[in-house]
Amino acid sequence: MLDSRLALDTRVALRPEPFGALAYHYGNRKLIFLRHPDVVRVVRSLDGDRTLAQTLEDCEIDESRWPAFERALRALTESEMLHEQYLTTG
Amino acid sequence: MSSTSPLVEQLKGGLDAPICLTWELTYACNLECVHCLSSSGRRDPRELTTDEAKAVLDELHELQVFYINIGGGEPMIRRDFFELLEYSISRGIGVKFSTNGAFIDADKAERLAAMDSLDIQISLDGTDAVTNDAVRGEGSYDTAIRAMNHLRDAGFGEFKISVVVTRHNVDQLDEFKSLADSFGAQLRITRLRPSGRGADSWHDLHPTQAQQRQIYEWLLAHGDNVLTGDSFFHLNALGEEPLPGLNMCGAGRVVCLIDPVGDVYACPFVIHDEFKAGSVRDEGGFTLVWKHSDLFAELREPQSAGACASCGSYDACQGGCMAAKFFVGIPLDGPDPECVGGYGEAAILEASAGERPRPMMDHSKPVRVADPERVPVSIGRR
Repeated sequence: MLDSRLALDTRVALRPEPFGALAYHYGNRKLIFLRHPDVVRVVRSLDGDRTLAQTLEDCEIDESRWPAFERALRALTESEMLHEQYLTTG
Repeated sequence: MSSTSPLVEQLKGGLDAPICLTWELTYACNLECVHCLSSSGRRDPRELTTDEAKAVLDELHELQVFYINIGGGEPMIRRDFFELLEYSISRGIGVKFSTNGAFIDADKAERLAAMDSLDIQISLDGTDAVTNDAVRGEGSYDTAIRAMNHLRDAGFGEFKISVVVTRHNVDQLDEFKSLADSFGAQLRITRLRPSGRGADSWHDLHPTQAQQRQIYEWLLAHGDNVLTGDSFFHLNALGEEPLPGLNMCGAGRVVCLIDPVGDVYACPFVIHDEFKAGSVRDEGGFTLVWKHSDLFAELREPQSAGACASCGSYDACQGGCMAAKFFVGIPLDGPDPECVGGYGEAAILEASAGERPRPMMDHSKPVRVADPERVPVSIGRR
């Protein structure tokens, strides 16, 4: 997961909330709670170009917290809110 | 226990905008269901105009409300129904609307199928005409099935079949599921509340204690594929395994209702002054009501377990449904009238000595009674 290059589906909206944010997928109507402002910050930073590990580093997330972020992002991937981008040659 | 998770505690403190906003577009209805939450029938002359409704949608767009649940009355009766639907979707607000299906013909079904971010819920309270029509009125079963056929033929995709569970249809849950499957639809079952005209029919229609366990067990077996609007959380006291969902009362915290005249209530089941937070017509509009009304602030405070504090199940059932208690006259910190621990019946009995609050905003059609005193009047044509 740390090596994957993730990007937010264009049909997903993030709404800021006191606890973090709500993520809503207009396509499959799934709603997910992002339960920490740092998770929201990381999700907004995903660009499909850098790996997750690079993004976490850039967002200055302490490595001890990475497993929790992986869990949160896996839930988003399973709901098709995040997609893995594959590098094309060229 | 999931009911005391940090997320749920945070949600109880309220959100910056509702997750689940119900908007009853009109009190007008072609049917007169005996359990109608909004006592609908006749159109209210003060109904929001098209421009007012669009202004509310603009606000909801600003608040980033993801989708709205439109209902009524029968929302398709409004002449600007499609205009409002299209406007909402164009503003990025998805729509799910509830209908009895009477106005979905082949053409309308095509039109609906062509729209994105749209979901439809057809109301049905029996898998046969006898069971359904006893509650929803003669011919309403055929009407609903006809609408579902049109939606299927138009290739609408997965719509919802929405069932209010009563004493008389609880044995049909498997059949409802099969019916939904046969249409490629999703089943939604919700709890009957003593709200609106339900205040008078609830005592005869609500499931018995044994049937409540039946619902709980059925949901444990099928819950992942069936929607409930989180309405059966009071059943969680029946076992260790919680039903899917947040299992909390969302009234004024994550849920609210806008009624046809623009009044904002804590939830769709409490159309009564005591739960009215304000109006979208007030200065500051819906946004101010949601964020700063006294009522909603109060509902977002930690609630007392009251009479239920000493019961070991409070964490699981959260004391049940505020609306259900209110309209049978039980104090809001008392047990749910359908408390699975059996405390509800005693509380109803105790409450029956006092005045029960009556639902307000009754738009039921006038009852036609033969009046022997009435002198026939003939109006001549000029």
